Amino acid sequence: MTPVPFEVESARSLPGPRWLRDRRASAAATLAGAELPTTEEEVWRYSRIAELELGAFRLVEHASGDEPEALRPVIDLVPERAGVIVVRNGRVVRAELADDLASKGVFFGALAEAENPSSLLGSVASAGPDVFALMNDAFAADPVALVVPSGVVVEAPFAVAHWIDEEAAAVLPRLVVTTGEGSEISVLEYYGSAAVTALMVPLVELSVGPAARVGYVGVQDLAPSVWQVGSHVSAVDRSGVLRSAAAMLGGDYARLRMDCRLVGRGAQGDLMSVYFGEGHQTLDLRTFQDHRAPDTSSELTFKGAVSGSARSIYTGLIKVEPDARGTNARQSNRLLKLSEDAWAESVPNLEIETNDVRCSHASAVGPVDEDQRFYLESRGVKPEVAQRLVVTGFFEEVLAQLPVPGVGEPLRARIIDKLEGGGA
Amino acid sequence: MSELAIADLRVSVDGKPILDGINLTVCSGEVHAVMGPNGSGKSTLSHVIMGKPGYEVVAGSVTLDDCDVLAMEPWQRAQAGLFLAMQYPTEVPGVYLDDMLTEAFEAGDRGDRALVEARLVREAAAIGFDETFLHRPLNVDLSGGEKKRNETLQLGVLQPKIAVLDEIDSGLDVDALRLVSRRIEEETNRRGLGVLAITHYSRLLSELKPDVVHILVRGRIVQTAGPELAGRLEETGYAAWEPPENGGTEVGIRGHLHREHPDPFADPFADPFADPLA
Repeated sequence: MTPVPFEVESARSLPGPRWLRDRRASAAATLAGAELPTTEEEVWRYSRIAELELGAFRLVEHASGDEPEALRPVIDLVPERAGVIVVRNGRVVRAELADDLASKGVFFGALAEAENPSSLLGSVASAGPDVFALMNDAFAADPVALVVPSGVVVEAPFAVAHWIDEEAAAVLPRLVVTTGEGSEISVLEYYGSAAVTALMVPLVELSVGPAARVGYVGVQDLAPSVWQVGSHVSAVDRSGVLRSAAAMLGGDYARLRMDCRLVGRGAQGDLMSVYFGEGHQTLDLRTFQDHRAPDTSSELTFKGAVSGSARSIYTGLIKVEPDARGTNARQSNRLLKLSEDAWAESVPNLEIETNDVRCSHASAVGPVDEDQRFYLESRGVKPEVAQRLVVTGFFEEVLAQLPVPGVGEPLRARIIDKLEGGGA
Repeated sequence: MSELAIADLRVSVDGKPILDGINLTVCSGEVHAVMGPNGSGKSTLSHVIMGKPGYEVVAGSVTLDDCDVLAMEPWQRAQAGLFLAMQYPTEVPGVYLDDMLTEAFEAGDRGDRALVEARLVREAAAIGFDETFLHRPLNVDLSGGEKKRNETLQLGVLQPKIAVLDEIDSGLDVDALRLVSRRIEEETNRRGLGVLAITHYSRLLSELKPDVVHILVRGRIVQTAGPELAGRLEETGYAAWEPPENGGTEVGIRGHLHREHPDPFADPFADPFADPLA
């Protein structure tokens, strides 16, 4: 029974237009009566939620200066981009959008400056999925929005980069993406931090319009002293396609919940993840493939590794509601256990309320395949190189199909980094 | 001139003896065939030569030009000049053929990616292997025959001194078998590659002409002769060389016969239940 310490007054004191401050205050009031979840709830089982001391963190009251140098190489990864937003300690410090896109009616910037901003916030994640989403509603200092009108096709990705460098900060990033009928876009979001102790509670809302195509890659590479409790919530309309990927690399305890609702006939929602825990990290992934309309499909492909004494948790649910005839859903979580002390749990679940569906799930936790390593070594490859090739090869299935081009290579390099530094 | 020498090699798996004193020497330019029925220890022999984990060498030695092969790690054996074409080449998702060979070359200071790429193209042409296979994950989604061509291709790129071919013929159609055999023969003639070809059927040996044929039964080489032995095998099958059912530790029907191993040089056509003390 831990009361949530963030106060209504602090929500009200955050900057922004009146509607936003009212909305925050109302969320904060609801939050004040709420409690943090416990591991008795299935979706929080194995989590480290009991260790969270909200009182140890404080909201960042002032915008903190310039664009952080440390983000430059990250932004340079997408040299050809439709726009870029840099958020430091929860405040937008840079926002750019290609001129031709602005003239086509695309909005990319601080949400408060968008048209009809109050309708954007919460358009996908109006309720939940948990108390941390409510916390984001109450305390997100500077929500970011991307609004793409019908029929607009943008080749280059939009980039949003977050940086935390204030000790004991509680940062609650919010990104809302709304796409009109037949539009096509991709988004790269990056979360990084300096070596501070901090709490990050991100919430991403992705709304995929009819026959729209959206690619999203979220890369979380926070310092190993930062906690993350985050959610990606998406809704895909008729014949829309969402391909959404999460790279989970950093954090002390880093949790991400990915909910994908397929609400229109023929909608498709594919979820991917690469995650790699080393040292004492705990990576906690929860997924929900929610089929609400007929002929919808979803394919979940997660690949993870744990080394050192890292822990990882994956639980996933495919739910097929009574109307969702003709659903085709797959779920696969595979994980490499690279050391004796590493620990991993993988629990897939199905809940099917109609006939005429095709669902499958696969889950595997094991060491690096000895035969694969031997094959490489038998050709003259050194054991440590064989290990590196097999492990990166294992992740390749996801890295090769990330919906934002150019991201696979740096992620591969970062995985090698973690593999070689991680006491594997 | 290289020499792979196997002497009195005894190998167990989970405490169960599989190889029971193998003696075999392959020199540069020679083609040896080891033939045997299922379960005779053929694949064990190939795995132990290359150092696959899971086998316990109880006694004996394997040397390559007087270097102790059994003391080396698998990658060192490859760098020393050994190659194993596997019976069931392992699928390695996400690892590309050219990347693996480049790493193998770098580990041996033998050259860089450019050299590997050039050799790959040349070798692919030599055995009719589509170049699109060169940039695909290792053995993934390849047919049985394509996997065997892939093994042969790697042999051509890596240019070992001695190659162990474990059932290289399985999965290959007649034309592919001919191409693969020609390529290996070329290596033998031009570079002096030594070959130890392990096979169940004599089919391979009509293409890959062996100098010496060994018959391996229950972990022992029971006969060694020229290529004509393969022909004889074709007629009689392995039954002629098979010891009686319960094999190694045999208790005679009258209870007083107790023999550790069947005598490999005994007349294969003799009555196996005959009492030698009678």
